[in-house]
Amino acid sequence: MSKDSGRDRATRLHIDWTRCDGRGLCAELLPEALSRDDWGFPLAAPGRLAVDADKSNVPLKHSELGAAADAVKLCPVLALRLTRP
Amino acid sequence: MWAFGRASGFASMLLLSASVLLGILTRSGRPLVRLPRVSVSLLHRNVSLMAVVFLIFHVGALLLDSYAHLGLTDVFVPFLGSYRPFWQGLGTVALDLLAAVVVTGLLRHRIGQRTFKLVHWLSYAMWPVAIAHSVGNGTDGTSAPVVAAVVVVSVAVVAAVAWRLSAGFLETARLRQLHGQWRRP
Amino acid sequence: MTAAVGQLWPAAVREPWDGGSRLFAAGDRAGYAGHLAAYGPLPGHEPLGTLLAQLQASGLTGRGGAAFPAGPKLAAVAQAGGTARYATRPSGPVLIANGAEGEPLSFKDATLLHNAPHLVIDGLLATAQSVAASAIYIYTAAGNLDAVAAALTERPDAAGVILVESPDAFVAGQASAAVNFLETGRALPVDLRRRLADSGFKGLPTLVQNVETWAQVALIARYGADWFRAAGVAGDPGTRLVSLSGDVPAQQVLEVPGGALLTDVLATAGIRHDAVAAVLVGGFHGRWVRPEGVVLSVNDGTAGLGAGLAVRPGAGVLHVLAPGRCGLAATADMVDYLAGQSARQCGPCMFGLPALADVMRRLASGGSGGAAGRGAGARGLVDEVGRLSRLVSGRGACHHPDGTVRLIASALETFADDIPWHLAGQCNSGHAGHAAVGHPVGNAAVGRPGVRDLPGRARGEGGRR
Repeated sequence: MSKDSGRDRATRLHIDWTRCDGRGLCAELLPEALSRDDWGFPLAAPGRLAVDADKSNVPLKHSELGAAADAVKLCPVLALRLTRP
Repeated sequence: MWAFGRASGFASMLLLSASVLLGILTRSGRPLVRLPRVSVSLLHRNVSLMAVVFLIFHVGALLLDSYAHLGLTDVFVPFLGSYRPFWQGLGTVALDLLAAVVVTGLLRHRIGQRTFKLVHWLSYAMWPVAIAHSVGNGTDGTSAPVVAAVVVVSVAVVAAVAWRLSAGFLETARLRQLHGQWRRP
Repeated sequence: MTAAVGQLWPAAVREPWDGGSRLFAAGDRAGYAGHLAAYGPLPGHEPLGTLLAQLQASGLTGRGGAAFPAGPKLAAVAQAGGTARYATRPSGPVLIANGAEGEPLSFKDATLLHNAPHLVIDGLLATAQSVAASAIYIYTAAGNLDAVAAALTERPDAAGVILVESPDAFVAGQASAAVNFLETGRALPVDLRRRLADSGFKGLPTLVQNVETWAQVALIARYGADWFRAAGVAGDPGTRLVSLSGDVPAQQVLEVPGGALLTDVLATAGIRHDAVAAVLVGGFHGRWVRPEGVVLSVNDGTAGLGAGLAVRPGAGVLHVLAPGRCGLAATADMVDYLAGQSARQCGPCMFGLPALADVMRRLASGGSGGAAGRGAGARGLVDEVGRLSRLVSGRGACHHPDGTVRLIASALETFADDIPWHLAGQCNSGHAGHAAVGHPVGNAAVGRPGVRDLPGRARGEGGRR
């Protein structure tokens, strides 16, 4: 229960799928939060999301915020942004 | 000053060529051996900025050198120079294009992806113009080391562009081939 | 494609509409005069509070598929008011009537626009008055433009309504795609930073609703929430239009009350439930169900429905599959279509839907999943559907992939008994020699009535697993 409420308050990495081209820089910078699917697009790591949760907004740990900010800056197609609940 | 100006021009040309190669690699989404994609992207950016630094040295030194007959307008407005106006003008054109590419690159988040991309494609025009300027304008333009360097970078860039245009260019190309070409049964 | 005007299920509504249609009370292709004769005039200018209160109390939900409550939606748009992007232009909300109807199995919006466009226009005008709207659009398919244009010219009060032709594409009816089309000419869904009610068309608060929803608003504006709730059930009040198609005597549009029993609706159309193997409820993003005990209601957990299974009606599509038709093959055809209709903006959809279509096709035509041994291959296809479904849903700018996954999951559940047959290379959906939807019959039935071989069946395999 506390893990869920922690997730709810966490800053999230929002993926704009209309821009994402699966280049993979974000998955390099956030290896614990993201892997890549069959076609190279970012996939939230198992356990990071509740079962029916929103896969387009990946909750981030506090320690990942710096790397996440870098991912937002470096994404070659500007497909990422950080959202605060 | 004159020598410094030429040398920094030469360095800038080499760095620009490396930047074009790194830019194409960045676009492929591939890592470079052990270098992750993120590092490839950053390396591309840093090499470009180094090229700009040497370009500033190149232009600055030649402005200060009386032999070069370079006026301030000539730095930004092409083909009005008194010394080899055409080849000199090409250098100016290359500088103008590079300025646009670099500024939009640094301000990418503010101007948006479409504008950034459109202007960034000008790199493919900027590079050959810069090369032509190196060969045609410099007093060493036809000297052996310069020619050798130009041949090497040209071969590399042409090969990279051919790779850029090939079907297997993107790292994800093979993963997506089967399903991207969906045909109704 | 204008279907016949249907009859309201008799017992559900009290007078003055008893036994008659609410939305088509003015008759077929009613002009403005006929419309006024049937419904009376629209109430004069009323403050926002009145219409809003009526909509909130009515419990009206959207009739375009998502069933979002209309009252709260209007409240959100009215509240958003305020900061427009361009200060020099009018900053009131923008109202959009969505009649794109990209769903191939749906024709109720076309029927409504051909026969009762004035209700739609009334709903828009009544709302426009109360929120001081700055623009009104009717966004609809080419086939409906003439009918709507004719209705608009009949009324001077609708002079400002802008009629726009929607592209013929499945995703063109998605709300953000509609707004995007009006702004840029591209009917592609958008990754919204803010919801449309706050900031949509050119940064203005935007209210996109299905044309039928606007028509219902027009009725509520005239007769009030209590009248509206006199039809339907507590959790799903009012009436809705459904497009009935498939293995039926005649395609038609019916107006049915909320909470209607699916078998009752079919009976009204003269369809006996032994003539029905399954029904697709809601369209290509809906669910396959066996009709017994199914209730069409937006409220899944409505008490008082007895033991019925509540199924959300979506955009009101009811597509009937007769016994002898292969549900898996029909679904595979639908997934093919949906894969082709991807906007191709978002990777997981663009690549995942064709992958799903491929697997569904192999399942439908009797493949057993490749060179792997019988046991591994048999589970392989179904497992692969599950894996791809999880990859694809929730990873896109719109719900196209999610809807497709929902369709597939319901097919695998409803036609679960057919799957072992298919994995063994046969189909047991019915009478010998009766072709499955869209697929040639393979060899003649192998000694078992109603069973036939499928084209993808590997040689040398025996009968059922």
